[in-house]
Amino acid sequence: MILNGTGRLAMLFLIAMLLPLLFFSQQINAQEVTSKANSDVTEILEVKADFSSALLALKQRSLSKRAEAIKQLIKIENPRTIIILDALLIGNLFENRADGSLLIAENQGDYYAASQAETGDSIGRLKKADIKKIRLSNRLRSQLRLLLAQKELYLEDTDIRMQAVKTLAKNPTKEAIQLLKSVADSEQDETIQQEIQLILALQDMTSSDKNVRLAAVESLKQHTSLEAVNRLQHMLEKDSDGQFNEPDKQIRKIAKSALVKIEARLQVYATIKTVFFGLSLGAVLVLAAIGLAITFGVMGVINMAHGEMMMLGAYTTYVMQLIMPNHIALSLILSIPAAFIVAGLVGIAIERGIIRFLYGRPLETLLATFGVSLFLQQTVRSIFSPLNRSVITPDFMSGSLYINDFLSFTWNRIYILVFCLLVFAALLQILRRTRLGLEVRAVSQNRNMAKAMGIPTDKVDAMTFGLGSGVAGIAGVALSQITNVGPNLGQAYIVDSFMVVVFGGVGNLWGTLVSGFTLGIANKVLEPIAGAVLAKVVVLVFIILFIQKRPRGLFPQKGRAAES
Amino acid sequence: MKNILRKTGITSVLSALVFMAGINTAVSAEDTIKVGILHSLSGTMAISETTLKDTMLMLIDEQNKKGGLLGKKLEAVVVDPASNWPLFAEKARELITKDKVSTIFGCWTSVSRKSVLPVIEELNGLLFYPVQYEGEESSKNVFYTGAAPNQQAIPAIDYLMNDMGVKRWVLAGTDYVYPRTTNKILEAYLKSKGVDQKDIMINYTPFGHSDWQSIVAEIKKFGSAGKKTAVVSTINGDANIPFYKELGNQGMSAEDIPVVAFSVGEEELSGMDTKPLVGHMAAWNYFMSIDTTKNAAFIKQWHEFTKDPKRVTNDPMEAHYIGFNMWVKAVEKAGTTDSNAVQKAMIGIKFPNLTGGTAQMLPNHHISKPVFIGEIQDDGQFMTVWQTNTLVKGDAWSDFLPESKPIISDWTAPINCGNYNTITKKCSGQKF
Amino acid sequence: MLLKFLENDKESQWVLIVLLAVTLIIPVCNLIFPEGSIFYFSAYTVSLIGKYLCFAILALSLDLVWGYCGILVLGQGAFFALGGYAMGMYLMRQIGDRGVYGDPILPDFMVFLDWKELPWYWSGFDIFPFAMLMVFVVPGTLAFIFGWLTFRSRVTGVYLSIISQALTYALLLAFFRNEMGFGGNNGLTDFKDILGFNLQSDVVRAFLLMCTGTALMSSFLVSRWVVRTRLGRVVTAIRDQESRVRFLGYRVEMFKLWVFVFSAMLAGLAGALYVPQVGIINPSEFSPLISLEIVVWVAVGGRGSLYGAIIGAIIVNYGKTVMTGLFPEVWLFTLGAAFILVTIFLPDGLVGLWKRKTQENV
Repeated sequence: MILNGTGRLAMLFLIAMLLPLLFFSQQINAQEVTSKANSDVTEILEVKADFSSALLALKQRSLSKRAEAIKQLIKIENPRTIIILDALLIGNLFENRADGSLLIAENQGDYYAASQAETGDSIGRLKKADIKKIRLSNRLRSQLRLLLAQKELYLEDTDIRMQAVKTLAKNPTKEAIQLLKSVADSEQDETIQQEIQLILALQDMTSSDKNVRLAAVESLKQHTSLEAVNRLQHMLEKDSDGQFNEPDKQIRKIAKSALVKIEARLQVYATIKTVFFGLSLGAVLVLAAIGLAITFGVMGVINMAHGEMMMLGAYTTYVMQLIMPNHIALSLILSIPAAFIVAGLVGIAIERGIIRFLYGRPLETLLATFGVSLFLQQTVRSIFSPLNRSVITPDFMSGSLYINDFLSFTWNRIYILVFCLLVFAALLQILRRTRLGLEVRAVSQNRNMAKAMGIPTDKVDAMTFGLGSGVAGIAGVALSQITNVGPNLGQAYIVDSFMVVVFGGVGNLWGTLVSGFTLGIANKVLEPIAGAVLAKVVVLVFIILFIQKRPRGLFPQKGRAAES
Repeated sequence: MKNILRKTGITSVLSALVFMAGINTAVSAEDTIKVGILHSLSGTMAISETTLKDTMLMLIDEQNKKGGLLGKKLEAVVVDPASNWPLFAEKARELITKDKVSTIFGCWTSVSRKSVLPVIEELNGLLFYPVQYEGEESSKNVFYTGAAPNQQAIPAIDYLMNDMGVKRWVLAGTDYVYPRTTNKILEAYLKSKGVDQKDIMINYTPFGHSDWQSIVAEIKKFGSAGKKTAVVSTINGDANIPFYKELGNQGMSAEDIPVVAFSVGEEELSGMDTKPLVGHMAAWNYFMSIDTTKNAAFIKQWHEFTKDPKRVTNDPMEAHYIGFNMWVKAVEKAGTTDSNAVQKAMIGIKFPNLTGGTAQMLPNHHISKPVFIGEIQDDGQFMTVWQTNTLVKGDAWSDFLPESKPIISDWTAPINCGNYNTITKKCSGQKF
Repeated sequence: MLLKFLENDKESQWVLIVLLAVTLIIPVCNLIFPEGSIFYFSAYTVSLIGKYLCFAILALSLDLVWGYCGILVLGQGAFFALGGYAMGMYLMRQIGDRGVYGDPILPDFMVFLDWKELPWYWSGFDIFPFAMLMVFVVPGTLAFIFGWLTFRSRVTGVYLSIISQALTYALLLAFFRNEMGFGGNNGLTDFKDILGFNLQSDVVRAFLLMCTGTALMSSFLVSRWVVRTRLGRVVTAIRDQESRVRFLGYRVEMFKLWVFVFSAMLAGLAGALYVPQVGIINPSEFSPLISLEIVVWVAVGGRGSLYGAIIGAIIVNYGKTVMTGLFPEVWLFTLGAAFILVTIFLPDGLVGLWKRKTQENV
């Protein structure tokens, strides 16, 4: 995928070392044509002066003037150009407030490591207040990207080359097509080669030569490309005069068969996509519900503060990021145990302080924990303000795994899905294999008997509640990556969590897993048909009716414990 | 038996009276001018509204430093309607009848305003409403200092159409009245500009919608038809973060399919990871990044007041700033805080806004505002890429909706009506 | 006669007398005395008390099913809101052509959504008796269907609580949709008059308060009568030992269903009285949080004693009113703490505290 800042900069450095030769030779050629009389020395000085002034022109307030300056810079073709423009694109180009010169600077936490833009000389560390960012608008950005893409076509890195080809494809000017044709033969990488062929074929579709069009349509068959589908569809449509966009009947026929072929593949992709969407929504539901499956399912506490435990987990993630702002990825990973501990300890405190007085009165735990939930919400509001807090997504969780134009999986969803399964597996192991798990099961099955066998039920209760709350905290870490971190985070998930647990069967972890995924997929299958709201309503009604059929959920608990 | 009965009866009546008296006692009347602040401090809307409460406290504080108003000190009365719509009405009544406030600054959502409206009208109070809203309303007792649709949505569309060459439109919103109205107006507007129905996609989602996978995939598909596509988002508050995250993750950059939002401001951005948002746009009447001395002073004051140098300012805050100062001027002009007099004095009041122009209170109780379009930067601020040359006058009744086209609002004589039909020459929807 | 009926129930007498006093004194004082007099009760007080009394009816309805029948319904708010909507629809139709767009039949939001005619389920609501019938019929029917299904398949305990929460949550989402034709998120508002009388006038407001008070007193008496009949005793027996009652040959689900439907109708009545007094009904009344709060009122007051529910509803809401005005920043702390303390230390609510005290004295 896209390289991070440092990697990309290093890469460009390498290129910068190689490219000067090329640039200079071109420059000198141009000079020879235009002005033979001038001496080389003055010429180079002038170019340098131009370069400096064009560079400084980047600081101008007006966006159009800035665009002009960028064009100027490209024209001059200084070896530093590409480095500077790349820095500009990723937001690393700054103005030095002290002397007005331009800097390339990279954020290193509290300070910026800066170097002179024009020469590349390092000038050490600067504070944020010392520098001012050179800003870009969308238009400048896409213009820049296009210009850079033309250069990037020649780079080593296949990912960058691929990206460059795609950028050029978005804006297929004559120049760009020419450029692509020129690199097509020398391109070794197969996927890039395919991509270039596709673009060229798409270009050929508008050719006036019938045979060229025919060949192009023919070759589109094997590509799974959105653009290809659109173009083929366009061919088959009629324009405002009632004429087909494609005049030739034979080509239309082939286009149609190509379209049918592609669309058959699309059906498969669409199904895979829906299932993936469903699973990832299900993963979120399972994560949200699994802690509740312990506190509510195993212990029978109607824990209305469950959502707030997730909220605590999410805020822990936020605090961890504040502690180590330079290591976002690491802080996220460390947040997992941290959130478990924070939420777990709060859980134990709640159990020891409140819930232990209420055993045997399950419905009253509802009231007390409702009070706890209000209390926790307001506490967070007082400490962190009612505003949402921004939790940064680390690089490895952004973007998506690209398969083709119609199928790509976003990384954060993949990670959450995997994470959900890991948490589930871990929890299952704890309950099955550890002593704590054994004791938890014993107490939940028959409290008095367990007590008689010498199990410290008090301690087990506290640990169980702590475990459930801790798992909720972990879920909060995952939620912080996909939704708002604010005082209301918990409330949004509490009803859903209860549904998942009840639908799956109280006291059964497997039930929770199956029910979460089932509800997720059901929601996503219904959503395109009924719309997001109605889909949810239908799912809820379905749960209500399902409970009538199976009053104890998908996987009812068996044995004596089920009677109470 | 009888005796007991009588005893219980008397004591209970007495205790009931004591209880009632607790509710009924008016706060002792000191010689101050009271200003009611009706913003949710808890519940779902606290995220947005708490800031406005703080803004009002700051403005009142500052006015008191300047010597108050009409020789009296101003006193803020803060209540918490807790994001509960009926409670808004109750608290409004409490503010006016029990606390005897001269004016109320408050509300954020449309439904809270609708809930308060009958109370304010019945008791002839004053309400300053600082948020951009759907229009189709103009009450004698309410001053709308936020943007009407023609001060935010329509200019944004113009920019996208003319400057960005957008041909295909996704109108995505949360399912409530503001997005519904805005999208309806925009749809009519787009069609009047020759946009085909099949180039418009409209999508509504519930509040707090957090799973955007399918919808974003659909938008992506819609946007890949070879024409430049833009998303016009009226998605509300909490649903935005997951929405933008999904956009970023599914590889839709602002350069391919820009999103222009009407409900995402500096404050919302301060709670988001801005990486996936860079380059997306928002249309507002104020940006914190706008470089004027007045704005710099306001930001400085805000930082000092909140003791937090990182707190951002936003559009509704400016609306309260303008509204409050206009009210002060109107009270000074009228020489009294009496509701009727102030209502009369308000119209025509001018006050410099924070972005270099001068806002004016129009006869339809809306104000004139500049419109800015900004691109989101990675520091959570906006870079202005376009702005209107002049201030745009707020229009209560949209000209692009057939049912409200003939309706105008004018609170000066001879019309004196917020809902005047220019065809039938009738004033409807009025309670007084 | 009434007092004789309550002869051995001092607490109920108290509650009834207080209620009677409130229903009579406040509206009358509001109308008779001029503003500024110490006997004057402002319109604010009147509408506030009106609201409390509506909530008291609602709490009473929940206490019937929860306190006497042992069914913890976490969706009682749904019946309340449905009753409210039925009333709201009547009030909406009363607006007539005085709406913003001046359409004689369609409410404003329908004109706005380009609806051409009134949907079928809105017809008839311009007739007051029909609307009043619907106030009972709609929540009652929903309760009947829901109860019939659940009680027959013996869904009990937490399962029932959670699916009743699902019910109100589903309705919340459904009513949010503008396509449903109930005004979406904004709900129904901007009411003008009821039975031809201006809703904003003091007389109507006072009268509404009297109606609410009367409704509360009669609901209380009827509920009290119900729980003391044979049916009521069976129901209480079901609460305590459901299987045993079933083995004795009673058709448990029928008894439960009866009480459930009755309580839903009471909740509907509360909603119908609530709407004209607060002036708005919108889907947030369906929110699971509101239903939870109702449970809290009853718990605070003391479940299983009808007057306890009334006291709980009034005290909690009075506390909320005071707190949201006096300590807007921290009132949730107090509220949260109060719930926790009440559940731990006063398992039978405030009423239980009182009872304990009197017993100690004896």
